[in-house]
Amino acid sequence: MTGKTIQLDHGSGGLASQQLIAEVFLKHLDNPTLHSLEDSAVLANQPGRLAFTTDSYVVDPIFFPGGDIGKLAVHGTINDLAMRGARPYCLSLGLILEEGLELDELEKVIISISEACREAGVAIVTGDTKVVPRGKADKIFINTSGIGFIDDHIDISAKNAKKGDIVILSGTMGDHGITIMTRQAGIAVEGKLASDTMPLHRLVATLLKEIPGSVHVLRDPTRGGVATTLNEVAGNCGLGIELREESLPVRPEVRAACELLGLEPLYLANEGKCLVIVAAEEATRALQIIRGCQEGREAAIIGELVAGKPGRVIINTPVGGARVVTPLHGIPLPRIC
Amino acid sequence: MKHLDEYRDRELAAPLVAELRRAVSKPLRVMEVCGSHTMAIFRNGLRSILPTGLELVSGPGCPVCVTSASHMDAFIAIAGRPGVRVAIFGDLFRVPGSHGSLAEAGSKGAKIDIVYSPMDALELAVANPGDLLVFLGVGFETTTPGIAATILAAHHRRVDNFLVFSTQKTMPAAMETLLSDPQLKIDGLLCPGHVSSIIGAAAWQPLADNYRLACVVAGFETADLLKGLTLLARQVANDSIKVENAYPRAVSWEGNPRAQAMVAEIFEPADMDWRGLGRIPLSGLKIREQYAHFDALSRLAITLPEAEEPKGCLCGDILKGISTPRHCPLFAGRCTPATPVGPCMVSSEGTCAAYYKYGQDLES
Repeated sequence: MTGKTIQLDHGSGGLASQQLIAEVFLKHLDNPTLHSLEDSAVLANQPGRLAFTTDSYVVDPIFFPGGDIGKLAVHGTINDLAMRGARPYCLSLGLILEEGLELDELEKVIISISEACREAGVAIVTGDTKVVPRGKADKIFINTSGIGFIDDHIDISAKNAKKGDIVILSGTMGDHGITIMTRQAGIAVEGKLASDTMPLHRLVATLLKEIPGSVHVLRDPTRGGVATTLNEVAGNCGLGIELREESLPVRPEVRAACELLGLEPLYLANEGKCLVIVAAEEATRALQIIRGCQEGREAAIIGELVAGKPGRVIINTPVGGARVVTPLHGIPLPRIC
Repeated sequence: MKHLDEYRDRELAAPLVAELRRAVSKPLRVMEVCGSHTMAIFRNGLRSILPTGLELVSGPGCPVCVTSASHMDAFIAIAGRPGVRVAIFGDLFRVPGSHGSLAEAGSKGAKIDIVYSPMDALELAVANPGDLLVFLGVGFETTTPGIAATILAAHHRRVDNFLVFSTQKTMPAAMETLLSDPQLKIDGLLCPGHVSSIIGAAAWQPLADNYRLACVVAGFETADLLKGLTLLARQVANDSIKVENAYPRAVSWEGNPRAQAMVAEIFEPADMDWRGLGRIPLSGLKIREQYAHFDALSRLAITLPEAEEPKGCLCGDILKGISTPRHCPLFAGRCTPATPVGPCMVSSEGTCAAYYKYGQDLES
């Protein structure tokens, strides 16, 4: 299909649409449920409670070191399911394409989605495509919704955090956000910046198998970063969170780029990291389990839940001082996810 | 980044904190002139461990904050002109003018690009030959050499559609005006590291001589700040007022002669409007006649509109160090980073933004 572009009639529902479905979507994403191409997917029920989530992806650029908009759309929605302790079961895929998008670029994104689904063991079971005139969208926008199932004994929620609980971060901060921002700014940074986009459901499943009762909260610090996500947790559970600045894992090249652009890694988006809040007595064990998973080799204990500062996140600085960490607000961040 | 970690280390910081405590033997008020200092002090949590007797006052060193309301209105008006594309540093994007902000103008169709360097703005001009590209120059001595170099590059490359709207400001002249205000009572200045790397530590000597002010040029890491404050406290305690350079790895006594020469080639001193301080003689820079081809003011025949400061906003007094955000009736109520009334709440170096972001009471 070299050189061909998306035309408005690819979204008309007519012949061109059918050709696109057959030659691009089914070619790469085919499975028995999707194959019927009927108005909705009919799925077999699974044991446990149902988890349902949706997210839209508008990242610019659509291809970046470490991933692309397709991988992000699969991983992001899988992770949203995993953060409630759900086993991801299936995804929907909604595409809004800009007239003039290269068909080769679209196919690259669909292949990436297919690889991400296969690797994660989750299928696309239903989908939709629309095309809008040139300039009315930016290349490709993706929505994925996801269904998962939660075992009956699992209860993961920010309101479950307790005083004394320990906060673990599953790896380094800011890799995704800084990769996108430096790309957008056209800034080359020494060292290799790459997005951390990856699915976390296996890490979560391992944790919940080993210490099911001790995992109180799971959150993925995407937009707004660790600072904003922890503020939400603090607000939800009515406790304070104290962090130790030196414990926060940041890659040197991410730190360097942040210094250059005047950004703080605490506020940068992550697409393959989770915050795990666990009972203090199982914290060491939890850290071992997370570090034993491929997704969490650089995990670190970064703080703890405290009483007396309800809803606040406080960071203790290396000089022995302390400051409040507020949620992200008002900073002109580009589109990052 | 190892070279920065050395200045942030916990083991290194403890003795420096102890040294500062010992040095503050009598009460002193210090103005940190530079917005980056204000932010760094908050971010490091330094305010929570300062010895009693040492009071910090934030100064006018946030370029966006001191941009006058009338300049802001002129920026927004230019952005709305047909055939014009403006390039700005990101901080300016959300600053409110009398009627909306550049962000709002952008949402209504004005062409606004956020750049990290004036050179990027020149490339935008080259890439968009159908537009007049106006770079909105806001900043102190630190940003001026980059703008001067860009104008020279545009001159050599014969780029015809690149203009600069200069509101560039110079620091020592403004500090003189500030210090002549009897309401401002300070003992010393933590002098800006970046600005001094261009103009040299020597530029502060007249302030030390004429106003008996302790002056220490300092860097931006924890160890730099602690060292700078310690030297200031010692000067005041021993009554040995002078200019000291605590940032020798970046700042020399004379500054950067190449940068100074480039600025002098393109710019000449001019009167400049400052938010809060009013018009200060020869405290700004305008483009020389020889390079008028790149001067937006003359080529676009810009006249500055009359503009009033937002009602109730204390930005002016806060910039002068005679008030703090906590005294402002709008602070953290009507005026927040999401809904800023004054520029000090928008800029990443603004005093109000620093107080809002980091300075909330740890115990409440």
